[in-house]
Amino acid sequence: MSGRKRTLEAFSFELVMTLVAIIALILIIAPSLVVLIVSFTSGFSLRFPPPGYSLRWYAELWDAWQLHFAAKNSLIVALWATGLSVVLGVAAALAISRSQALSARLLDSLFMSPLVLPALAFGLAALMLFSLVGLPVSPLTLVIGHTVVCVPYVVRNTVAALAQLEPTLLESSAVLGASRLYTFRRIVLPLIRPGIIAGAFIAFMSSFDNVPVSLFLRDAATDMLPIRMWQDLEGKLDVTIAALSGVLIIATVAMVAVMERVTGLSRRLTN
Amino acid sequence: MGAAPASRDVTSYGMGLAAPLALFFLLFFVAPLLQLFWLSLHNDTAGLHWGLGQYLHFLTDPFSLSVLGSTLLLGAEVTAVCLVLGFPIAWLYQRVGPRLQTIIILIVLLPLLTSVVVRTFAWIVILGRQGIINATLQSLGIIDTPLKLLYTQFGVVIALAQVQMPLMTLPLITALGRIDPNLDDASCSLGAGSWRTFFRVVLPLSLPGVIAGCTLTYAAAITAFITQSLVGGGQMLFMPMYLYQQASTLQNWPFASAISIIFLLAVLAVVSVFTTLGRLSRGYGGA
Repeated sequence: MSGRKRTLEAFSFELVMTLVAIIALILIIAPSLVVLIVSFTSGFSLRFPPPGYSLRWYAELWDAWQLHFAAKNSLIVALWATGLSVVLGVAAALAISRSQALSARLLDSLFMSPLVLPALAFGLAALMLFSLVGLPVSPLTLVIGHTVVCVPYVVRNTVAALAQLEPTLLESSAVLGASRLYTFRRIVLPLIRPGIIAGAFIAFMSSFDNVPVSLFLRDAATDMLPIRMWQDLEGKLDVTIAALSGVLIIATVAMVAVMERVTGLSRRLTN
Repeated sequence: MGAAPASRDVTSYGMGLAAPLALFFLLFFVAPLLQLFWLSLHNDTAGLHWGLGQYLHFLTDPFSLSVLGSTLLLGAEVTAVCLVLGFPIAWLYQRVGPRLQTIIILIVLLPLLTSVVVRTFAWIVILGRQGIINATLQSLGIIDTPLKLLYTQFGVVIALAQVQMPLMTLPLITALGRIDPNLDDASCSLGAGSWRTFFRVVLPLSLPGVIAGCTLTYAAAITAFITQSLVGGGQMLFMPMYLYQQASTLQNWPFASAISIIFLLAVLAVVSVFTTLGRLSRGYGGA
């Protein structure tokens, strides 16, 4: 790159690319900043910039019991769905990661398909099946539905972590007389743990944020946070939702910062 | 299947470990979809009379067809915007130091992990009658009455592009990272300009990433129920909301099933077109 002549032509290219990139990055980040600022408004509307600043809507949020109830449900379902996804997903990843067999490739495609298929169609299908077998909508049906759409993240990240594992490590361990279980516990698991954690984190976030599956598999007793927020927004533009959004944005930033430290999340998703 | 312990291949695990998840998917993913398909082949809600009535209804109804058309078009528009805006981000990522790289990735990543309702809500604040765009234009005296930005195709495309941008950018960053930087230099030192090098060398070599990004963005954009309904409002109907209305409000499960199957097939068709292109482009990139 150093020897390249800085012609006008090269300059125009780099200027355009850099400018568009900066505009795109601003476009990505701006909405979250706008919501954060508006959530501190002292007024009753979502006017931007706000007429004044206060914490009144955060105080309002403190008493919004419907939102608390929905948040609690979402959290419980997300934790169960993540746990189930990790147990099922890591085992499946171990089986299919190093296998070239056709069955392994087919299973891989099957496990990944919830990522591209319209989740709303799956939500309706799951509801119809549960009502056919006489299983009423409950936290259990929600956990099952969420697990189907969240497990791909665990499988993908675990497979990626296993692919980076040196086979010679496992062979040496076996040669030195370690059992498969011992090798798994002491060598494989510690090395792939960041990948599992990263996958679990993304699975958790996508369950907590899931709408299309919850839409069909929930009822009033199992209200879920994103749906509660959506319905609140359909009715009226409530500033309390801005405060809740502020809380969610800050929580997300904090969790991503922790995950970046623990698992190197950013490198993991670009490799 | 099952691991044969005698072989002692210590680097791989038996396929049996995939059985629990395979069984789970069979029961709760494959079976529901099969039942969905089964019901869509019935003319009545009880599922007693076989027939293609639901599909005929959809395919002969101009309204249903226009909903399908506008959904597929929406996906194409969002994907195009994401590609045009996402590519320069990936390009910039390869030129900056590690510190800035981490910052760029985190900026790209944050929206992916932020609640979709929150991201969509932000666009209501921005595009609304009293939103930033209208407020700025009015205070500058460019317009007198607020522009209608919310509940328009433009609004939906921009909001969806922002919401789905990470899905495009991440595979692009990966793809550009795999290109040998020497090729870029070689092309330039052989006299090709930067623009020419970009379109003739960098872009073709990054096609696998472009295609991966387009597939994910397209699939996500056309199924983005929340963003479509909140930013699009009541007048704009896309497939997910159409499906939801038929299933939930009207309780017409057979027709909703047929809509789901048609929607699934449309997504699969688009994905397989992209996948085929991807296979061709890998051949091209390796040449």
